[in-house]
Amino acid sequence: MLGLLHSLEIAVGATIVGLLIGTCGAYGKLYGGPVVRDLLAVYTTVVRAVPELVLILLLYYAGTDLINQVLTAMGYQRVDISGLVAGIAVLGFCQGAYSTEVMRGAILAIPQGQIEAARAFGMSPGLLLRRITLPAMLPFAIPGLANLWLIATKDTALLAVVGFFELTLATRQAAGVTKAYLIFYLAAGALYLAVTLFSNFLLGRAEKWARRGMPSVKEAR
Amino acid sequence: MSAVEAAAVSSGKAQSGAAEAIHVENLHKKFGQLHVLKGVSLSARDGEVVAIIGGSGSGKSTLLRCINCLENPTSGIIRVNGEEIKLKADSHGHTVPADRKQIERIRSKLGMVFQNFNLWSHMTLIENVIEVPVHVLGVKRDEAIAQAEKLLARVGLAEKRDVYPAYLSGGQQQRAAIARALAINPRVMLFDEPTSALDPELVGEVLKVIGDLAREGRTMVLVTHEMKFAREVATHVVYLYNGLVEEEGPPEQIFGAPKSERLKQFIRNIG
Repeated sequence: MLGLLHSLEIAVGATIVGLLIGTCGAYGKLYGGPVVRDLLAVYTTVVRAVPELVLILLLYYAGTDLINQVLTAMGYQRVDISGLVAGIAVLGFCQGAYSTEVMRGAILAIPQGQIEAARAFGMSPGLLLRRITLPAMLPFAIPGLANLWLIATKDTALLAVVGFFELTLATRQAAGVTKAYLIFYLAAGALYLAVTLFSNFLLGRAEKWARRGMPSVKEAR
Repeated sequence: MSAVEAAAVSSGKAQSGAAEAIHVENLHKKFGQLHVLKGVSLSARDGEVVAIIGGSGSGKSTLLRCINCLENPTSGIIRVNGEEIKLKADSHGHTVPADRKQIERIRSKLGMVFQNFNLWSHMTLIENVIEVPVHVLGVKRDEAIAQAEKLLARVGLAEKRDVYPAYLSGGQQQRAAIARALAINPRVMLFDEPTSALDPELVGEVLKVIGDLAREGRTMVLVTHEMKFAREVATHVVYLYNGLVEEEGPPEQIFGAPKSERLKQFIRNIG
């Protein structure tokens, strides 16, 4: 159960980090200058090209090492980065690349006249993002972001390889000690399934709310 | 004679005492190689209704959209309420507003109504109408709601206050968009072909609302294809041809005794 809690902590954290990166990334890709756009293109391409397991190993070991080298070079003490923070950062970094593309597509799907109207009434860019762009793109983004959230819950299992105590590692240890492999792995599978079912319920509600201004597609059939 | 005086003289019916709400001078706009506006001047005094007419591609919508810098003019002077919009060249050589705060402040005094309504689809009508007063102008929410209810009642949509735009007809959406523009208590209303996207039988209800506003003395700049309507409500008509003002004057003169050959032909074709 502690393993499940850790898994969820990481998944939630990584999704939040991913959403922040995704929002900034999508904005940068759509409205940024050529340098920003090129940098983001490199980021999304590389992160989506390299297997996540490789990225996790790379960023977890190399990343913490790099931070500590920088810190010692600047005359600070080495820090011990907690597995939780590192896990959130690493998975969030991966998630960010995918959500950048999801959000970019969603922003492109907003009828541009609505954004133009907001500008015509004197909204500042920040207000426009908060009051118009984000809520208006949500119905187009939620299916993609829901995918990302479910992937995030399962990608936490990859952190087992760096020794982070999450659901999969906890299961392996428990199964190894008791030799009841079938029961423990089935239980772990059931827990992942439960997370997914519960998420689906909440995401369904969220999507319904986000689509509040839109007639049902069934009526257009 | 200064440009301002010249504009006042040329605008037939203009109340010469009234202050100038919109002043556009020698405006140029290029889209790449395409020279859309080639030095247009326009003036709207308080209480005036200026109708901009012209064929497709004459630059009339572009002219209107330059007034609140939805399109950035390539060169020229725009004054709103006597305040000149500060422009500068950006790193690509495009002209952009120099002061974001200034342009936002000016925009919040201009009530724009679009051809395609552009209501915010995730908000109900009442939310659409209070959005700008509450979040841009800082009006208290309950005051804004009270005012918005009056405005919606005025355009005949009181009972639709909690409906989302997608569930309304084009005419209803456009009337709501007019209420949204009125909610900021605009100095000038800008209409960009407000009836062009509507079914013919819905045009009347929208024109009636706009006509009422004109009759109560609201300052408006109106781009339209509805010549009969322009003739009824406008105090001054500007005919654009190919990025230039071909002829302008009071509606009786423009529609009754046009001087330019092109305008005569344009009126014949449309009428």
